[in-house]
Amino acid sequence: MSFVLVQVIVGGLLLGAVYALFSSGLTLVWGMMNVVNFAHGDFVMLGMYVAYLVYTLLGAGPLVGAPIAMLVLATLGVVVYFGLIRDIMKGPMLAQILGTFGLALLLRYSVFWWFGANFLTLPENLVGGTLELFGIRVQASRLLAGIVALMVTLGLHLLLTRTSLGSKMLAVAEDSTAAQLMGIRPDSMQAVAWAIAAGATGLAGALIATFFYIVPTVGETLAIVAFVTVSLGGFGSVPGALVAGLLIGVIESLSGYLIGAIYQDIVVYSLFLGFLWFRPQGLMGKS
Amino acid sequence: MKFKHIVGLLCAASVSVAFAGGALAEDKVVKIGAVFPLSGNAASAGNHAKAALEVAIDIINNAHPELGNFPLAKNVGLAGLGGAKVEVVFADNQGSPATGQNQALRLITEEKVVALTGAYQSGITLTASAIAEKYGIPFLTGESVAANLTERGFKWFFRTTPIATDFVKVYFDFLTDMKAAGVKTDNVALVHDNTEYGTSVANTITTGFKEKGQPIALDVAYPSNATDVQSQVLQLKEKKPDVAIMISYTSDAILFAKTFQAQDYKPPILLADDAGYSDPSFIKSVGKISQGAFNRSAWSVGPPGSPTAIIAKMYKEKSGDEMDDTAGREMQGFFVLVDAIDRAGSTDPAKIQAALKATDLKPEQLMMGYKGVKFDDKGQNTLASAVIIQLQDGENYVAVWPKANAEKAPVLPYKGW
Repeated sequence: MSFVLVQVIVGGLLLGAVYALFSSGLTLVWGMMNVVNFAHGDFVMLGMYVAYLVYTLLGAGPLVGAPIAMLVLATLGVVVYFGLIRDIMKGPMLAQILGTFGLALLLRYSVFWWFGANFLTLPENLVGGTLELFGIRVQASRLLAGIVALMVTLGLHLLLTRTSLGSKMLAVAEDSTAAQLMGIRPDSMQAVAWAIAAGATGLAGALIATFFYIVPTVGETLAIVAFVTVSLGGFGSVPGALVAGLLIGVIESLSGYLIGAIYQDIVVYSLFLGFLWFRPQGLMGKS
Repeated sequence: MKFKHIVGLLCAASVSVAFAGGALAEDKVVKIGAVFPLSGNAASAGNHAKAALEVAIDIINNAHPELGNFPLAKNVGLAGLGGAKVEVVFADNQGSPATGQNQALRLITEEKVVALTGAYQSGITLTASAIAEKYGIPFLTGESVAANLTERGFKWFFRTTPIATDFVKVYFDFLTDMKAAGVKTDNVALVHDNTEYGTSVANTITTGFKEKGQPIALDVAYPSNATDVQSQVLQLKEKKPDVAIMISYTSDAILFAKTFQAQDYKPPILLADDAGYSDPSFIKSVGKISQGAFNRSAWSVGPPGSPTAIIAKMYKEKSGDEMDDTAGREMQGFFVLVDAIDRAGSTDPAKIQAALKATDLKPEQLMMGYKGVKFDDKGQNTLASAVIIQLQDGENYVAVWPKANAEKAPVLPYKGW
């Protein structure tokens, strides 16, 4: 295998891990509550701006920025749940779509109004520049994001399957009336789900900010990838999002290199549609 | 009863005077529409365009004796229309050709603008100007460079900026000069996005270079607003071109700069086709790792006290950033449009069209370094030109070619970081 090809695949895996990182929050909310959060990309964007503010105001990197972004976004998640989601969930699908889409625009243009349209970036060496491992060049910032992606996936999976909190959340997702009869408050569980999902998304944004540009519209660019990753991985399945993300990253990188970047989307989406044709629930979704 | 009648009559009289007064006031304002990306991914460029036009309006509507004989600066308002003031109605094209078209329609039919300018992205200028053509409203673009904009047989479309075919000549002559100085320039790679701008400029360069006997060695096309460009950079790293011509908007330009650094790739010559590489956002975020990047420009600040230096200062106060080539070209286009309205002495679109066709501005009347402004029958300024500038310190561009316009000598190879 040619050396460059290895580099392409490694790059693809790292890219895919980043896709998985910012999709895990979306799959949690979508799987648990059947709510399609069109503001998801903009949550990532907010996480990026929090990281930027932490850097400019405190001079600190993602070690401080990521936890703060997580907390800020988790709080926002709870606020959004009680302020918007709880009510639109009672309505038709259209209300959910328009509601979260409206939220997306509100967040995007509030940031636009406050920060302006200029593209912002964090310095390249904030997380240590580029490493060379066995001749393969790996950006330390992307490697960190990739490792955190794995940890977040593992963490969320363990939370949902091994803890009582997780069981309660899954119970509410399965049948909220029955869960209520068992003494579980659906409201609290759903708010917790939103807090966790938004927090994970904020964390993703803070890490992505170390190697990607920060602009109010970056949510648009990233959201569509998140939706594809979640659909391919299976709604509600966090491990599915990881596998799907990695797969999409590698396919995108390889087809971009071998065929041409213009065609990489065609390859990814053809495979995506083809796969869903045979298995609509995605890689790891429930049938 | 009688008193009531008198009061009623007085009210009617004052209302009609107010209306008449309003009508008179309306004659004193010339409304021009401006369609730009004020939101979306190109919002940085769009907002800089807005600032540039606002400075131009200040110059036109107020007396600025310090600008000397610069057209429209001396008087308050437009002398040809009895001192009428110019008002710009801005519309956001949101980065979408369909929205740009709708906004142009709204400006024409509801805001009743007498002329239009814009729209930054060639793909949007394409649709917006089609509406203006249909309604018989002059549309002047100062900055969109896709060749086909003036190949549609339109009668109401005008363009002041040099276009892709002009840049092909500039780039080819520049590279020929560099070759004569001993620099290897045989393999040229084009890196461009898939928008109207990227595709059209890439095609023009490919055709132009082939005609001159140096076909393009590598064409790397990518979808605009990419999430990752590692594959493209690896392609370049593998093929090792002598020259990489980058045709990108700001978001992708920043991503390429960062990926170049991550992959430790430095093309021997990096030549950028303006757009993203001129955006102050680009310079602020990745200028320091893009040292030595060449670019094209028709803007030069000039000596202190010159009209261009004063305009640059006004622009910096308005926008917070240094004047860049794109904002300068937009402002120049606007000045040419308003100058035509002034010469027409009327807001009748047909008269403005005739005045535009008769435009013959000399270099000393311009803020950009064009050889003049004169439109051919396709609406293209035949005297538009550009020089090559270089980001030598990572912060400011300086003119480096041709020798006659150069402030400093070109620095090779590309330094990067």
